[in-house]
Amino acid sequence: MFDKVLVANRGEIAVRVIRTLAAAGIRSVAVYSEADRDARHVSEADEAVAIGPPQAANSYLQIDTIVQAARATGAAAIHPGYGFLSENPLFAAACEQAGLTFIGPTPENIRRTGNKLSARRAMAAAGVPTIPGSPQAVSTLADARDQADALGYPVMLKAAAGGGGRGLRAVGSPQEIEDAYVMAESEARAAFGDATLYLEKRMLGARHVEVQVLGDGRGGALHLGERNCSVQRRHQKMLEEAPSPALPTGVAAGLHAAATRAVAALRYRNAGTVEFLVAPDGRFYFLEVNARIQVEHPVTEAITGRDIVAAQLAIAATGTLPFSQQDVRFDGHAIECRINAEDPDFEFMPQPGRIEQLGWPHGDGVRIDTHVFEGYDVPIYYDSLLAKLVVHGSSRAEALARLREALRQVTLLGIKTTASFFPRLLEDRAFVDGTYDLGIVSRLVPALEEEEEAI
Amino acid sequence: MADDGLTDVKALISGTFYRASSPDVPPFVEVGTAVRKGQTLGLLESMKLFSKIKAPHDGVVRAIDTQNTEQVNVGQRLFRLSR
Repeated sequence: MFDKVLVANRGEIAVRVIRTLAAAGIRSVAVYSEADRDARHVSEADEAVAIGPPQAANSYLQIDTIVQAARATGAAAIHPGYGFLSENPLFAAACEQAGLTFIGPTPENIRRTGNKLSARRAMAAAGVPTIPGSPQAVSTLADARDQADALGYPVMLKAAAGGGGRGLRAVGSPQEIEDAYVMAESEARAAFGDATLYLEKRMLGARHVEVQVLGDGRGGALHLGERNCSVQRRHQKMLEEAPSPALPTGVAAGLHAAATRAVAALRYRNAGTVEFLVAPDGRFYFLEVNARIQVEHPVTEAITGRDIVAAQLAIAATGTLPFSQQDVRFDGHAIECRINAEDPDFEFMPQPGRIEQLGWPHGDGVRIDTHVFEGYDVPIYYDSLLAKLVVHGSSRAEALARLREALRQVTLLGIKTTASFFPRLLEDRAFVDGTYDLGIVSRLVPALEEEEEAI
Repeated sequence: MADDGLTDVKALISGTFYRASSPDVPPFVEVGTAVRKGQTLGLLESMKLFSKIKAPHDGVVRAIDTQNTEQVNVGQRLFRLSR
């Protein structure tokens, strides 16, 4: 196992990785921008290295600076977290060239899955169903119009380099496509440095269900069950649960089999997620592979009792899977709520600012992953995730009861957050009975749909 | 509405102000551009999210108070429009 690992991230995920490192007796190195001098990941790490100004492009996205920090501190490996450089094949390759272990997929895995068009082709070749869409990238607005006409509205306009809900627009009619094209292109360029777009048929009434996988890079694969992540605004997840409620018989097993087949076919290494859309009729379609640890991994940890970051470290250190599929047991139900600095009553607009008062819930089956504290200033430079509230119960009903109580105990004053949205969600019949689909947030917040379409 | 009859268009959130959808295309508007209600005047990026700054009514852009890529605070004036 490694003696020392550098964590190339910030926020709650950096704190979470550092804690598993500490538990494993591995020394940790944090990196931080000028905006994160007082951040919790800095104070919790054994060492910390300043890497530049607040803008991520000049700090958390600087490959050479981060590799240099690892070498200077004598770290043997780098954990990339999610976002930032986690799915940048140049970063994974730069780590390897510097003699550092990248705790994640191979550069080739990342290239293959990172381009959504090439991922679709690889999945189709592996016999995993994909959503009908444009076979090639759309090159111009006129081309997008032609391909959308051929496919039939509604369509989704997506960034080929996309992920995390960026560079993604639903297009309901030909009138909307110009606006959608312009916005998706500028977001894709800003977020990924690549404005290539493609089209997929938009599936109405579908659910987002994904499978947590582990691969050894040589075709060995196992899964840790599925998560339902259909509570989304702006194509970004707000709440996730495991296992997925209300799936038709056999669908979960079908998803697990398809996901492990995909991992084996890709010779995928380390932890990842295979995302699917499940149509109302139970048919499912490959969406994308997330070649990293995901925000919502704690719900899977709750129901399997496995520490996924520890599994990542083990795979990176030994090249083998730390346990077998037969060893994976599922216990109960878990739900995660993302508490974001966003105003649910104002189209989920970002709410940078100071947290004046903070109190988290306690109790059986409650876990909080967070980097924020009383007096913390939420900066404008990074994403809006403040904390993840995770509850685990022996059944979905128990998990829901624990979630209601936990949300009641959250005190977070000074800025508006999504914590005030979840009690509304918990009143919704389709949510409570588990049959909800991807339309649930815009149904509960009607103004949002309008704004989303307008943007 | 200000005393001079111009409408202030203010930032609804703090963030980074952009006058164009990308560095290689012209700005959405210039001083003197006639705009329709709801037309995009600029973009604000905050916490990795882009939102549009829209014209509150038909009119003409009379002033642009902020430089491209400047950090702005909530409530800060970005544009002035005449009817």
